[in-house]
Amino acid sequence: MLIWGKPRSAMLLEVKNLQSYYGLSHVLQGVSLTVHSGEIVGLLGRNGMGKSTTLKSIMGMVRPRSGSVRFQNQEIAGQEPYRIARAGIGYVPEERRIFSNLTVLENLMMGVKPGDDQTKNGWTLPKLYHHFPFMKDRPAQKGGHLSGGEQQMLSIARALMGNPKLLLVDEPTEGLAPLMVREVREVLSKINQEGVSILIVEHNLQVALSLADRVYLMGKGTIGFTGSVQELKAQPHVQEQYLSV
Amino acid sequence: MDAIAVMLITQGIHGLAYGMLLFLVASGFTLIFGMMGILNIAHASFFMLAAYFAFQIMQWSGSFWLALLLAPIAIAGLGILMERLMLRQIRKFKLGKAVVLFELMLTVGIMVCIEEAVKNLWGTDPEIVNAPELLRGLVQFFGMTYPVYRIFIIGLSCSILLLLGLILFKTRLGNVVRAAVQDADMAGALGVNVPLVFTLVFGLGTWLAGIAGVAAAPMLTVFPGLANQMMLDSFIVVALGGFGSLFGAFVISMLLGELTAFGIQFFPGYSTIILFGFMALVLTIRPSGLFGEKE
Repeated sequence: MLIWGKPRSAMLLEVKNLQSYYGLSHVLQGVSLTVHSGEIVGLLGRNGMGKSTTLKSIMGMVRPRSGSVRFQNQEIAGQEPYRIARAGIGYVPEERRIFSNLTVLENLMMGVKPGDDQTKNGWTLPKLYHHFPFMKDRPAQKGGHLSGGEQQMLSIARALMGNPKLLLVDEPTEGLAPLMVREVREVLSKINQEGVSILIVEHNLQVALSLADRVYLMGKGTIGFTGSVQELKAQPHVQEQYLSV
Repeated sequence: MDAIAVMLITQGIHGLAYGMLLFLVASGFTLIFGMMGILNIAHASFFMLAAYFAFQIMQWSGSFWLALLLAPIAIAGLGILMERLMLRQIRKFKLGKAVVLFELMLTVGIMVCIEEAVKNLWGTDPEIVNAPELLRGLVQFFGMTYPVYRIFIIGLSCSILLLLGLILFKTRLGNVVRAAVQDADMAGALGVNVPLVFTLVFGLGTWLAGIAGVAAAPMLTVFPGLANQMMLDSFIVVALGGFGSLFGAFVISMLLGELTAFGIQFFPGYSTIILFGFMALVLTIRPSGLFGEKE
């Protein structure tokens, strides 16, 4: 059958009715979302609504109590984080979590997955150096001595070294100067153009809406609104309800 | 050369050899406790057990070199079993910070079991392990005589220190270990099989204690209490050297070796008090140790 217009790309990630707890507190109360190949999807909402926990639950760092996470048609919910990473998901955490005692290059090499040939295709060192020139100039600098913006770039580059199909990015512009915020935004956009899909949690609404194709708004552990960026912009009361402080 | 200089140098070499043995044990303890945060009180019991394994292997084969090869591997195997079957399991109960208490109790139990098992298998009388032909006797240079075996211990320890440094700082495995020790969850999220890495490091740590045990056998007397002094000294090394600092562990091991050697000579009875008093003082005013990085 012929489909006219822009073909809908393949489903990459499908999260269904995800439930997670921190001790007794029921943080995720049935989160469902999808990411298609090539998309940037924004996950927005106020603090404490479960956005970071959603990313951690997909990554396996918080073990979901129930629900399903399918990545490239494989069920990954409940697996060890390292298996989920090897399946092709990269994680750029809140507060970057650079290995401060390791050098820039050593931090990058941590992203390489066992069995991957780093000299072949995908995100090779030369390609990363092209996107992040400071890493080429200072490969031996300790991660802990980098500026906040550089650490953010390193955290992104480290995840890319594993050649992920999907990147989970948590608050990449938090605490950065305006100029750096713009650079991070541009880097993420370029990475997406290279074919990496992105699920991003972002407080800076301007950044989020300029990057994302679609957004999910979270309130109290569930998804409250979903739609394209245009649809969100057309509904100020929704923004009011889920985003304004 | 006058008698005092000879005495000083002889004691100095003796201290250096003991310091090196201590460093082998304490570097394993640094990896396991200082870096991974797993409190294994039975660590020096593996050292003692390795000395008995060496004794037994030499009874069977007569070869010290075979003992030096096999005993540490057997010890590492036991260490890995203990990590997988016991220490790994109690971590699953999510005890939070209290997990160290449970590790303490569990490994004290193991320590007592090893000591009693050794007493039952080999008895309480000291056993003699002879150094191999090649390493017996004395060697002369610069007008002094040195026991060859002590020189051998110093050389062996230096080589292993070098090897350890190369593995930790120049290989992919070392890179992964240092990252996993700093932020295990993040390393896991990058695709590192952290539980496997921790098991390997635990095995490496006990292997080091095993090497030290075999090397110590011809120099120290092999008896069940061998573990006690070594465990206390390892604690001092890790506490003073700074938790997780191999360089700190090295410096403190050497200092402790010399202090033990000369303490007996110059102020017998007080060296232990000075040492442990100093440890308590350092822990009070600078818990990160003398060489540890501040949190």
